Amino acid sequence: MKTLISGKVWVVGDQVDTDQLIAGKYLTIIDPKELRKHVMEDLVPEFSKAARPGDILVAGENFGCGSSREHAPAALQAVGLGAVVANSFARIFYRNSINLGLPAIEVSSVRELFSDGDQAEIHLSEGYIRNLSRSKELRFPPLPSHILEILDSGGLVEKVRREIATP
Amino acid sequence: MSEQTLVQKILTRASGTPDPVPGQIVVGKVDLAMAHEQGAQAIAPFVQMGAKKVWDPDRVVIAIDHWVPASTEGAARLHQMLREFSQTYKLPHFYDVGNHGICHQVLAEDGWVVPGDVAVGTDSHTNMLGAMGAMAVGIGPTEFAAVLATGKIWLKVPPSLKINLEGRLGKGVYAKDIVLRVLSEVKTDGARYKAIEFHGSTAARLSMSERFTISNMTTEMGAKAGMFLPDATTQEFLRGIAKHEMHPLLPDEGATYERVLHINLDGMEPQVACPHSPDNVRPISAVAKEHVKINQAFLGSCTNARMDDLREAAKIFKGEKVAPGVRFIVSPASTRIYRECLKEGLIDLFTAGGAVFTNSSCSACFGGNMGILAAEEVCASSSNRNFPGRMGSTKGRVYLMSPAAVALSAIRGEIADPREVL
Ligand code: SF4
Repeated sequence: MKTLISGKVWVVGDQVDTDQLIAGKYLTIIDPKELRKHVMEDLVPEFSKAARPGDILVAGENFGCGSSREHAPAALQAVGLGAVVANSFARIFYRNSINLGLPAIEVSSVRELFSDGDQAEIHLSEGYIRNLSRSKELRFPPLPSHILEILDSGGLVEKVRREIATP
Repeated sequence: MSEQTLVQKILTRASGTPDPVPGQIVVGKVDLAMAHEQGAQAIAPFVQMGAKKVWDPDRVVIAIDHWVPASTEGAARLHQMLREFSQTYKLPHFYDVGNHGICHQVLAEDGWVVPGDVAVGTDSHTNMLGAMGAMAVGIGPTEFAAVLATGKIWLKVPPSLKINLEGRLGKGVYAKDIVLRVLSEVKTDGARYKAIEFHGSTAARLSMSERFTISNMTTEMGAKAGMFLPDATTQEFLRGIAKHEMHPLLPDEGATYERVLHINLDGMEPQVACPHSPDNVRPISAVAKEHVKINQAFLGSCTNARMDDLREAAKIFKGEKVAPGVRFIVSPASTRIYRECLKEGLIDLFTAGGAVFTNSSCSACFGGNMGILAAEEVCASSSNRNFPGRMGSTKGRVYLMSPAAVALSAIRGEIADPREVL
């Protein structure tokens, strides 16, 4: 998989819950293109239109708390985000992201390292995130091999597909 | 082997790993997998995985609850997809319209989760079933698809918090107040990735319904699982209904806990979680003094819409009327509870006073079906979440409290302390 991710940063705060990522009224939507239109629509109204594939979302504490809706990481993935990095994640959001193949990386105090519009570079296997606009970096422990395998396969679907195909 | 917490015991059994330590990733066997509408999103990944069949149809429950009967075309489509999927893959345990209830409630009522289980569900409040002494966790649909295909799941072994509940509850104080009190200490992220075990003489005295209320809201603490120790109460509840073999595991004496909390409930007053967070908890007397006017009262949700909840609320509401300008929505947690209310006269009692008694569903709890708040509206609710936009408008305000407090607030038109009338 791509171990080096770089892109423009969008910063959000602490306790961004799944209702703010994608509101309950959109939960019957399945098409990613439709989902994308409503991602964070109250929190960062310009995000849906202005975000570009490869951009990186940087968040504070407990990102993705709230419900188990996979719509939340799916809506972010629909934008083509390269990664979501947060001081900390809510557990179901974290699992859902990984299982969809969207790298979610927990780095304490990462939120404080970035402002909107900074350029970031993340190296998954070396375990660092760098603010290229400010020449500062933070390190994180390498992801466990089970998680890397899922990301490597491009998500849990592909991983299970390979397992089923080769019993 | 070192001394183990309950979650370590359960994961040892599920994964065959003799001594799973916190942080370690294990792959465990699933005892029960549940999906509600969100399960429809699992169908495409399930097919893409190339699975030919579901690993064990007798361990899969589908229970639609958010939009029942379907209130939008989108919801109707999800239901349709699930019905077709159940037929194609021969899944017999489908709680469809007419036999429905909130997913966690039907799992509880029909003994689908038993002590020692690893249970997964496509809903974040799957934690509720932890009250059985099981590890019950919420997962997303892609992961659900993988469970359907393989019967297994990857889990990171969580560290555990031990919460000792001691003391007697006063009049007008309920399990909901206990869990709000715990939330005020643990906070919405204090148990993130962690398992909670409830210990203590008060925990041991609680009924299953009360345990469900408390385990349910461990989700609001970020917990991976919120468990009670299986005991005679659990056994009694499951007598004759347990769907598979029980493994009543208990934690070892000297197990290691990341944190131990002692909560003394003597003299505690009813609690309220104020907008916009379930841990923004204050004693109800302080909130009542501010005369917080409400537009809606909601008695429902998987947290608090079982018979004991409805009866407590009915005690207060009997012979009274809903305050002018307020709507009082009562939604039982399952069709079985609905019918019991019918027999006990509770539907008559509530509707005579101007409440609307709805069909069983998630109802107003999640702001996507009915009972939605407009901007600036305020709701007194027995549910579990009050984040901005949870019940409709992001400018709506939701106060969480016990069913008794909801009922009195409906009568008074403002948030009120149930001790005043009990
Ligand atoms: S009642 Fe509310 S919390 Fe419970 S499953 Fe339904 S929407 Fe979720």
